[in-house]
Amino acid sequence: MYQLLKQIAKTGIVTEPMPNPDEALRATAQRLGEAILGHFGRALAIRHVDAGSCNGCELEIHALNSPYANPERLGIRFVASPRHADLLLVTGPVSRNMETALKRTWEATPDPKLVVAIGDCGCTGGIFGESYASCGRVSNVIPVDVAVPGCPPTPAAILQGILTAISSGKGR
Amino acid sequence: MKLKELPIEVEPLAGAMPVFRASIAAAELQEICVAARGCKARLVALWGSDETRRGAGYALHLALAFPSGLLWLRAPLERKDPRYPGIAGIYPAAGRMQRAYADLLGIRPDEGADERKWLRHGAWPGDAFPLRKDFDPGARFAQEPDRYPFVPVAGEGVHEIPVGPVHAGTIEPGHFRFSVVGEKILRLEERLGYTHKGVEKRFESMTLLEGAKLAGRISGDSTVAYAWAYAMAVEGATGTEPPGRALALRGILLELERIANHLGDLGYLGNDVALSFGFSQFWRLKEDLLRANARLFGHRYLMDAIVPGGVARDLPRPEAEGLVRMLEAMRREVVTLQSIYEDHAGAQDRFIMTGQVLPELAERLGLNGFAGRASGVKQDLRVDYPMPPYPQLDPRMISHTRGDVAARVLVRFEEVFESMRLIEALVQDLPPGGTHATIARAGASACGVGWIEGWRGEVLIALETDADRIHRLHPHDPSWQSWPLLEHAVHGNIVPDFPLINKSFNLSYSGEDL
Repeated sequence: MYQLLKQIAKTGIVTEPMPNPDEALRATAQRLGEAILGHFGRALAIRHVDAGSCNGCELEIHALNSPYANPERLGIRFVASPRHADLLLVTGPVSRNMETALKRTWEATPDPKLVVAIGDCGCTGGIFGESYASCGRVSNVIPVDVAVPGCPPTPAAILQGILTAISSGKGR
Repeated sequence: MKLKELPIEVEPLAGAMPVFRASIAAAELQEICVAARGCKARLVALWGSDETRRGAGYALHLALAFPSGLLWLRAPLERKDPRYPGIAGIYPAAGRMQRAYADLLGIRPDEGADERKWLRHGAWPGDAFPLRKDFDPGARFAQEPDRYPFVPVAGEGVHEIPVGPVHAGTIEPGHFRFSVVGEKILRLEERLGYTHKGVEKRFESMTLLEGAKLAGRISGDSTVAYAWAYAMAVEGATGTEPPGRALALRGILLELERIANHLGDLGYLGNDVALSFGFSQFWRLKEDLLRANARLFGHRYLMDAIVPGGVARDLPRPEAEGLVRMLEAMRREVVTLQSIYEDHAGAQDRFIMTGQVLPELAERLGLNGFAGRASGVKQDLRVDYPMPPYPQLDPRMISHTRGDVAARVLVRFEEVFESMRLIEALVQDLPPGGTHATIARAGASACGVGWIEGWRGEVLIALETDADRIHRLHPHDPSWQSWPLLEHAVHGNIVPDFPLINKSFNLSYSGEDL
């Protein structure tokens, strides 16, 4: 126990400032606070759906939850069910074998809801494209609010995409 | 020439690894597999190909690993009724692979085999076969209901828990059907194929150079292993020899990938036993490593860092030494974290004797990689068939015999330390010279094999070219062998331990679903 506490004390707090700490982003972060307050009652609940990705984007979503980014400080938290979610974070070209499951997940998410498509494949279908097995980009299957390119996009870019979706204040 | 272990006429294949090719009659399949099994050969992969445009029918392919090297067997099948004697009775791991190529290519084992579909759900009908050359890759069929016949379990108090394909955590999609009594798991049946996105068909529309990028996206967490295997296959098929410096850099990249994945999973294993301290600490270290990757190689996960012919980017000496210093500091931290994990009664109580796979079963079902080594299956391509840059490094194989979560945790810790040592040794003796050789022109129909010990296990790429294009490419993920073991590992455990057991293996969905 002593060693564990010592390691915690030695590590300190590693959480970094918000990504791209420029004025534009600060405004976004502040608007996020207001938007969350307005629409989602101080907390944004995210459900991740892998709709056919290579697992690269999942690695960065995990990394987003590392202590460096720590999105919980913004009231952003990943939840276990679409029924608890305000926002769906969808990766992959949508495989045809996940098409129905993705639609059902979207339907299970209560309104108002937002969808952020993650990665080159989520934005355009990427290297897999459209085929007998792939529906291509996420917006071919469900409505998308924000699409974040990258292969895979960095945790900062994913966070920025989430903030952008929220700051539109739209709520479908 | 003859194979050392079996009296079969074989032809050695050019390339970095010892690979032999042989053509056999389909009728000989079972006999050869029984003999192979008898001399401890393991099944690496089974797949099929369409040869109708080359004036033949179809072909069944097997890759078997013998002590002397990899044997790539090819058995021609009739065009009209492409059947073959199934080998799942000899190599149980072949079962799902046989089902996959019945779905994708319409080649089927003789009756008696499990004839349920595997990768096909409802996206294409049962009489359409995507990997046939006359199948239009852009074809769209109406979705039909999946109606997969799970094996029912009956009895007093038995009930089913269906989980997925959309899971509770940030993981890939798959379906798990648990049959439980109270909290105890009586049976787990997996249903995969959800991320099938037509990878093998896609390869057939690509040139040898274009394919490299796709190979790096078969399973994102193993991008280095796949990219190296792909490059090795192309280099073998074209007779290209990458420079020594490129091979050393590939070794560094592969070990960095191993460290990053083990660190991330060790963090999650802490998290899954309510030691969230472990998650924070390991993901801090992993993030440091990813940032170093981006700085040194231009990508956090090292995607596209390996290209056919060499590597995309050199590692200058000062940067290489900086990397070694960073890993040394990280090693000290991991030593501390390992002792914290080992002293933590709560964590050890959850790890020990949970999700056990005993050596006998692991060997029979073909478990490989670090999970195999944690169950006494002493296999590691870096040790068994050392090819450059490994021979002078003398890699240490880490193994255990208990085969539980605790053993897999231990093997992961030790492999992190060993990979750090390997990187340090590679940096010290980094050969001078170029980092890239131009790819020679391929013959009209050449073959190449890439075979790499990725962080999860052995990754295979079997390539057949059509001039500078891909005629057929089969990428094989070790998860094909490991998934069925997970069904055994959870037997008799409680449902709440499933996430822990699952994470201790961390198998690939995308790599198997293709």
